[in-house]
Amino acid sequence: MAFDEKTEGFNVVGTRPDRPDGIDKVTGRASYGADASKAGMLHGAILRSPHAHAVIKSINLDKALALKGVKGVVTRADFAEGLTGENWNVLENVMAGEKALYDGHAVAAVAATSQLIARDALKLIEVDYEPIPHVTDVDKAMQPDAPVIREGQASKAVPAGMHPNVVDYHESGHGDVEAGFAEADLVMERTFTTEATHQGYIEPHACLATLGGDGRGELWCCTQGHWNVQKICAALVGIEQSALRVTASEIGGGFGGKTAVFIEPVALALSRKTNRPVKIAMPRADVFKATGPTASTSMDVKIGLKKDGTMTAAWGEFRSQGGAFPGSPFSFTAMCAFAPYALENVKQIGYDVMTNRPKQAAYRAPGSPMAAFAVESLLDEMCNQMGLDPLEVRLKNASKQGTKASFGPTWDRIGLVECLEAAKEHSHYAAPVPEGAGRGISCGFWFNHGGETSVTLAMSEDGTAQLMLGTPDIGGSRASMAMMAAEELGIPYEHVRATVADTATLGYNEVSHGSRVTYASGLATIEAARDTVKKLCARAAAKWGIDEDAVVWRDGCAVPSGPNAGDFDPLPIGQICRKMGATGGPIVGHYEATPEGAGVSFAVHIVDATVDRETGATSVDRYTVIQDAGKAIHPDYVEGQYQGGAAQGIGWALNEEYIYGEDGRLQNAGFLDYRIPVASDLPMIDTVIVEVPNPGHPYGVRGVGETSICPPLAAIANAVSNAAGVRMKDLPMRPSRILDALDG
Amino acid sequence: MYKPLVKVHLWSGLRSLVGQEVVEVRATNVAQMLNALEKEHPALSDAIDAGVSVSIDGKIYAYGLTEAVDETKEIYLLQRIKGG
Amino acid sequence: MIQVSTTINGDEHQFVCDPRETLLDVLRDRLGLTGAKEGCGTGDCGACTVEIGGRPVCSCLMLGAEAEGKEITTVEGIADGEDLHPLQVNFIKHAALQCGICTPGILVATKALLEENPNPTETEVRYWLAGNLCRCTGYDKIIRAVMETAAEMRENA
Repeated sequence: MAFDEKTEGFNVVGTRPDRPDGIDKVTGRASYGADASKAGMLHGAILRSPHAHAVIKSINLDKALALKGVKGVVTRADFAEGLTGENWNVLENVMAGEKALYDGHAVAAVAATSQLIARDALKLIEVDYEPIPHVTDVDKAMQPDAPVIREGQASKAVPAGMHPNVVDYHESGHGDVEAGFAEADLVMERTFTTEATHQGYIEPHACLATLGGDGRGELWCCTQGHWNVQKICAALVGIEQSALRVTASEIGGGFGGKTAVFIEPVALALSRKTNRPVKIAMPRADVFKATGPTASTSMDVKIGLKKDGTMTAAWGEFRSQGGAFPGSPFSFTAMCAFAPYALENVKQIGYDVMTNRPKQAAYRAPGSPMAAFAVESLLDEMCNQMGLDPLEVRLKNASKQGTKASFGPTWDRIGLVECLEAAKEHSHYAAPVPEGAGRGISCGFWFNHGGETSVTLAMSEDGTAQLMLGTPDIGGSRASMAMMAAEELGIPYEHVRATVADTATLGYNEVSHGSRVTYASGLATIEAARDTVKKLCARAAAKWGIDEDAVVWRDGCAVPSGPNAGDFDPLPIGQICRKMGATGGPIVGHYEATPEGAGVSFAVHIVDATVDRETGATSVDRYTVIQDAGKAIHPDYVEGQYQGGAAQGIGWALNEEYIYGEDGRLQNAGFLDYRIPVASDLPMIDTVIVEVPNPGHPYGVRGVGETSICPPLAAIANAVSNAAGVRMKDLPMRPSRILDALDG
Repeated sequence: MYKPLVKVHLWSGLRSLVGQEVVEVRATNVAQMLNALEKEHPALSDAIDAGVSVSIDGKIYAYGLTEAVDETKEIYLLQRIKGG
Repeated sequence: MIQVSTTINGDEHQFVCDPRETLLDVLRDRLGLTGAKEGCGTGDCGACTVEIGGRPVCSCLMLGAEAEGKEITTVEGIADGEDLHPLQVNFIKHAALQCGICTPGILVATKALLEENPNPTETEVRYWLAGNLCRCTGYDKIIRAVMETAAEMRENA
């Protein structure tokens, strides 16, 4: 479905109505993962390995089972056998097999009549571990003497002779980078590192499962995608997909981390074993230890620049660890690195490396923020050295329609130049850098995604509409979907009720990820509404006795057109629907497809920051986000995505990190020591919504959720480096690191 | 039925597997193209089975097996695009 | 098991609980008041904030047994029947929530702030809320909603 070129004349789109779930969420009655309960429900708890790497020699459950109130215990033996590929990886992560692969790896689970008894029972499970050597650092894991996490995991793409922990390899680019560097006036190469960070959603994973001996089950859980949960859980507990009905609760944040399953198969296995409903709510420490943080990286980047600011060549090697399983976003890191720039000579290499850490999960534009940190930091240092304006250099080299992307294809319509121009004109960039502060800018890029989507729109007799969506609403999407339906139907926004349907009541929907919801579910909503309008027009045509094609839809009414124009009074939607039972039956529109026109998006961030030279603390004083949204449906929630992504990026840049001890154990598994930004850490975050329509969506929508986290790491690093007078090449830039850098 | 000769650009990690940067196969849509690639270049099977996205004239298709291809189109294989 | 009598949102409640159970566990699991959320269980995130004697308290850091004789307000008690508190109205109007999991705690904490200080500066609001984590919004729209509410309430006082 192509772009309508409908960029103005909207009645609903572009306004800022109240969200439909607003009252539920400000009164405490919205029901999240841990808020459901059932009669006879048991509470589950999970025992986790205290070792970074250990052979599990035996597990003795006798004492735990003897505790009063304990109704059942499960171990790996209670899950499906013979799984392969990613299903095996997920099961191995959900419940350890022969080895515990990281601190926090699940080894057994208990169901009991109360949470306290379940946790007491965990202490009675006796596990005989044989600790073996471990590795948690990406560079060390690639060394010849590194302990092997698991043999035989490497894909064929990995060059011969590499350590078995290197499990995948990416290489792309074009031109001749050596020749390009030879043309440059300045060639600089630097090494950068970033630590693993957690998505940090405030709601821990939670679920309520029922599974009978007949293989039929019900699951309530907080997830970004309940069909995905259905598919994976069915495989892991060995039942049919359709036998498991999954309902997505309200979700308390996900950011990619709730695209995976962790506790859901365990709750199902416990329920099957005890024949009772089982609820599991993860303690926060378990969330840090055992759910997906993002990858940590080590990166070498080299750029050639001419005196006039032309980039002649760029090269990068990006090493990324994703825990004890293949699957770090190494290839996205490589592909996104130089995407903002039109380069004749470019080459990027990526390595996917396994370590004794939890299985990484997607985190908002997986892999891209790290790449931007390396590339945009180096570019900033080079601009400083050559006395060039960093924004002008970016504009001079910016990717645009018709230039060749660093990873191959020729760009379609993209909005990077528009974002850079908007940055240049912004009062923030025009203002002088405050005394003592440093300013940083950075570009960022993310692909965005379409994915399998299915939407149903059912009319009620009073002319209002029920919109059934399959993409969990993380940030206000029910509002924007209802707005698009109202726009097409020509009825007030309040007349559309948008609901996230369960797996038994709608066709398959891919996870709410890849910034796809407003794009793909939005497109499907528009198409479902157009399907509905066609049926509404047909009813009017039948009533009037004219051809269906001679009826058009205008402002919520069927109107005769063409030769019949003016022959009949407009027929309002309410009148058509009131008679629908007698004129052919219920009126329902729907749309099922895999939309493939997700437009990529770019952003530019500007930051002013100061550094306290005595304490090493950074203060973010002013922050501006400029990003291409294609078309903003509900601008409040677009701004919210921009601000939230920036805030997460600020945390990643300044404070957040997984800290592992020599023993391979995570030392900061709590919000006190893993410090995400609090209200007093941040300034207001100014936003500029640039709208360069995406040709692949009828209103021009591009995804907005992820790109906002791509520039902040580098933008903050550039501001801090410029304020401190030393180049910061390792994240996070915690106070101790800044003091060390200042001491030289 | 006539099938146009399609030029498929490989990401360079794949280039070493087939010894070429651009591979030509006959296909009218993405599904035929991927089948032909696997058949004529078995070394690409693992990568294609693991999931690929296809860029056609700059537009990235994550699935899109029915999308039309022909000799005039710029086609790149990319590692499967997902997100957070 | 301990027997406890307390007042929650103006209503009298009696419950029995294990001496180890937190007030949050009691509210959620024994009384069905699931508006207060458990984000961490260690007093770091503020999602479980309730008001006791005019002060915001992390209900995960207080034992259920300690509720004896106390007057407790939870998010469920902020609105007056169908009339939302001005903070609730403005949180919706200013899109000050995305996922909404931190919202109950932030509303309870902010209501206590405005009762103590009807005219807070932006900095005062930011420091008052420093114990309430939000991962979605970057706090911008939350701060705007609170400042707007404070101004409105002063005007209507």
